[in-house]
Amino acid sequence: MKIGVVTFPGSLDDRDAARAVRAVGAEAIALWHGDSDLHGVDAVILPGGFSYGDYLRCGAISRFAPVMSSIIEKAKSGMPLLGICNGFQVLCESHLLPGALTRNHALHFLCSDQTLKIENNSTAWTSDYEIGQEIVIPLKNGEGSFQCDDGTLARLEGEGLVVARYVGENPNGSRNLIAGITNARGNIVGLMPHPEHAIDPLTGPSAGGLGFFTSIMSQLVSK
Amino acid sequence: MSLDTVDIAGTTPERVQPFAELGLKPDEYQRIREILGRRPTSSELAMYSVMWSEHCSYKSSKVHLRQFGDKAPKSEALLVGIGENAGVVDVGQGYAVTFKIESHNHPSFVEPYQGAATGVGGIVRDILTMGARPIAVMDPLRFGAADAPDTRRVLTGIVAGIGGYGNCLGLPNIGGEVVFDETYAGNPLVNALCVGVMRHDQIKLAKASGAGNLVVLFGAKTGGDGIGGVSVLASETFGAGGSTKRPSVQVGDPFTEKVLIECSLEIFAEDLVVGIQDLGGAGLSCATSELASAGTGGMRVALDDVPLRDPSLSPEEILMSESQERMCAIVEPSKIARFLEICKKWDVTATVIGEVTDGVRLVITWHGQTIVDVPPRTVAHEGPVYSRPFSKPDYVDRVNAEKLTIPMPKTAAEVRSAVLQLMSSPNMADKSWVTSQYDKYVQGNTIQSQPEDSGMVRIDETTQLGIAISTDANAPWSYLNPYEGAKLALAEAARNIATAGAKPLAVTNCLNFGSPEDPGVMWQFAETVRGLADGCLEMGLPVTGGNVSFYNQTGDVAILPTPVIGVLGVIQDVRTRTPMAFDRPGLDLYLLGETRNDLAGSEWAYMHHQRGGIAPQSDLQHEMRLIDALLEGQSIFEAAHDLSQGGLAASLSEMALRHNIGATVLLEGEIAVELLSETPGRVVVAIDKGDAHALQSIAQKYDIAITKIGVTGGTTLSINDAEIALDDLRSAFVDTIPRLFG
Repeated sequence: MKIGVVTFPGSLDDRDAARAVRAVGAEAIALWHGDSDLHGVDAVILPGGFSYGDYLRCGAISRFAPVMSSIIEKAKSGMPLLGICNGFQVLCESHLLPGALTRNHALHFLCSDQTLKIENNSTAWTSDYEIGQEIVIPLKNGEGSFQCDDGTLARLEGEGLVVARYVGENPNGSRNLIAGITNARGNIVGLMPHPEHAIDPLTGPSAGGLGFFTSIMSQLVSK
Repeated sequence: MSLDTVDIAGTTPERVQPFAELGLKPDEYQRIREILGRRPTSSELAMYSVMWSEHCSYKSSKVHLRQFGDKAPKSEALLVGIGENAGVVDVGQGYAVTFKIESHNHPSFVEPYQGAATGVGGIVRDILTMGARPIAVMDPLRFGAADAPDTRRVLTGIVAGIGGYGNCLGLPNIGGEVVFDETYAGNPLVNALCVGVMRHDQIKLAKASGAGNLVVLFGAKTGGDGIGGVSVLASETFGAGGSTKRPSVQVGDPFTEKVLIECSLEIFAEDLVVGIQDLGGAGLSCATSELASAGTGGMRVALDDVPLRDPSLSPEEILMSESQERMCAIVEPSKIARFLEICKKWDVTATVIGEVTDGVRLVITWHGQTIVDVPPRTVAHEGPVYSRPFSKPDYVDRVNAEKLTIPMPKTAAEVRSAVLQLMSSPNMADKSWVTSQYDKYVQGNTIQSQPEDSGMVRIDETTQLGIAISTDANAPWSYLNPYEGAKLALAEAARNIATAGAKPLAVTNCLNFGSPEDPGVMWQFAETVRGLADGCLEMGLPVTGGNVSFYNQTGDVAILPTPVIGVLGVIQDVRTRTPMAFDRPGLDLYLLGETRNDLAGSEWAYMHHQRGGIAPQSDLQHEMRLIDALLEGQSIFEAAHDLSQGGLAASLSEMALRHNIGATVLLEGEIAVELLSETPGRVVVAIDKGDAHALQSIAQKYDIAITKIGVTGGTTLSINDAEIALDDLRSAFVDTIPRLFG
């Protein structure tokens, strides 16, 4: 199985996402922002970081990268796509997922070991979790507050499109404690915290993030 | 604006030049005229003035810093020593590690966010320049009183700047210090450490050799930021009346630096450079003169080829600009095409601005006219050297004679209250409000970060080889006795990596002091360097490089002498490291080392506004035996935590709060001393009951005193008959910093 990890200028967690991909036995394929060729990958991860410095709005420039046009096209026809942190921001800017990520309510960067509750295990990236399962994975960003209009929020909640929610105090002011969402088809997931940094208790707060990567492997293998 | 060329300088010896405004003394200016055999051009004057500044030339400190070389212990680990951008240490398995601390104190007071941000940027480029991938940063910080109004402006800006820049570079922040003391009001200390890793054969040096090789400037375009003294020159010599006031604090762009890092690493991987130097303090003046000086000496640069953000910049300003995120490489002509291709891939601007010549002069032209023609060594390496007068200041004997009059808790109620007071004081309180603004996870190799005793990162995912670093200073002790203070800071930093199980290998330092023109400050500095050099020799740890920051002084009030010492160590398997805190009940707690009445310079004394007394005497032989004992006992330690500021009371509190597991401790002797004394050379360890015998034999082998002090478990920290609920202790510990700065 081949899972692509995109590097934009300013991507930071691309090597970490690739490590997590390898940890579950998949082949990690480096995809370059300026190259629209996806090299036959079965799924794609948009990693964390500050693509293009996030100088306009987070993810606003990346959506126009040549690689994104191919990814958007494939994802619309069902290719699994996971956006982590800056990747989630890119997914929202690309209109593959609704809503926007805005400045944390405390107005500064926050790095913490965050407890999440899995709310939807029918996506391509969360099938190995139980509904209601709690995991601890790192949250680290300055613009992680999920915002959307009331209608969108009602739809996300009503259709069960919330993938994961923060447990405990709201870390960044996200509406309804939303940490991650999916599309109706369940192939595209955007998540603010970093599962790739929780695949080994040696280097992360737990191995609770590994499920995102074992889930996609199960999906791809069973196809 | 008329251009001042070498030809014009030769025919107008009488022209009055603003050397004093640029910080040069009359005799220094005279020496430049002697070196050149004529008056300098305005561009040459600008170059000499910045390169001969205290910051670049170390003219006041050089005579003392020589001791680091003269007293250097024999070390097989040292691959590159003092003098390059950063020292390089062999950590085994073919890996080389480079690390260094630099100060960015003054800019961070003027403009806290950008000052701190560019401090991180500068040290990261120093590490990159050695050929290494930067893998972590640390930031020892010092501020004025926590409740002083300006501290809020300075601290929040500095912390945001460090996070804003470091997080965007993708470098985990694995430690540092946050210390408050009123002497730093107006002179906050921002020291930034970076560590990088490479293979032995990838080490790069700042050296321009090989006539015909090309000088390439790459990275950000050059702007008018960071021009300090030169704005004086520009306004005095040229365009009087219409000059613009340019900011003297540089502005950072971490995105450009991140791209520059990846671009440079790709260039290094293909072995495309002969030499490389980053542009930091003194900008192109420094990079060109240092590269030429370290090589064969000859270089020709066409300054009008430098890409500019602001086309109105004069040649003097271009030479002095400290615009960030720039590098200068020496590239063989046969490799230039590939070099430029990689830069294009990363959208990095790269321009050939000159070439190495077979001459011995650094020649810089501006639209074909020669504006600089100098022997580069006279600019870069043969600046003035001062043996500034130093003498023991009057205060030392006076404060050493002072008797401490501080509360000594005795009853259970007094002990409980003292521990809660101590742990809620700004210096001891939880700093996670600060450290949670830094990314500690990126790169996926962080094994330990704050609040552990040291930062630790894995450098090989297969063999699990790792490195640990700690930075420490104890300014109150250095104030009482700078010689001992330096040795004690060295010992503490080494101990802090040994508690985790890493073996100390090498030392870096950042020496922060007041004005070198004050003989008392100069004495503090001289004693510090002597102490550190003696300590390093005794402990067998080479100094790989460092940084001196003088003039941290407002009026007559200097900061406390603050030598920040960084020790790097290696651990063969990071999975075996010992954490600072116990994570289960039923373990036995032992104190390694002996407690004496060392309350002078302690946190408890500082909390009661007392700075007097006699600093503890270092015993480095004991420290070395303790380190050996810690390394040998690593496999039986469930936890190990250094005792330093706040003594045993602080260490036990920190251990208990980490995983919310209490402890019951019984102490003999005078309880106030047992809890609050800061006697060096002590560590608390937690072990399984069954390992008691093994611990005893290790202690015996290394002649380390051990005392069983208690057991882990419960929801309180019980010290003799004082009971402190962990919930109360936690509130005291965590509320202070957010209340002040949140």
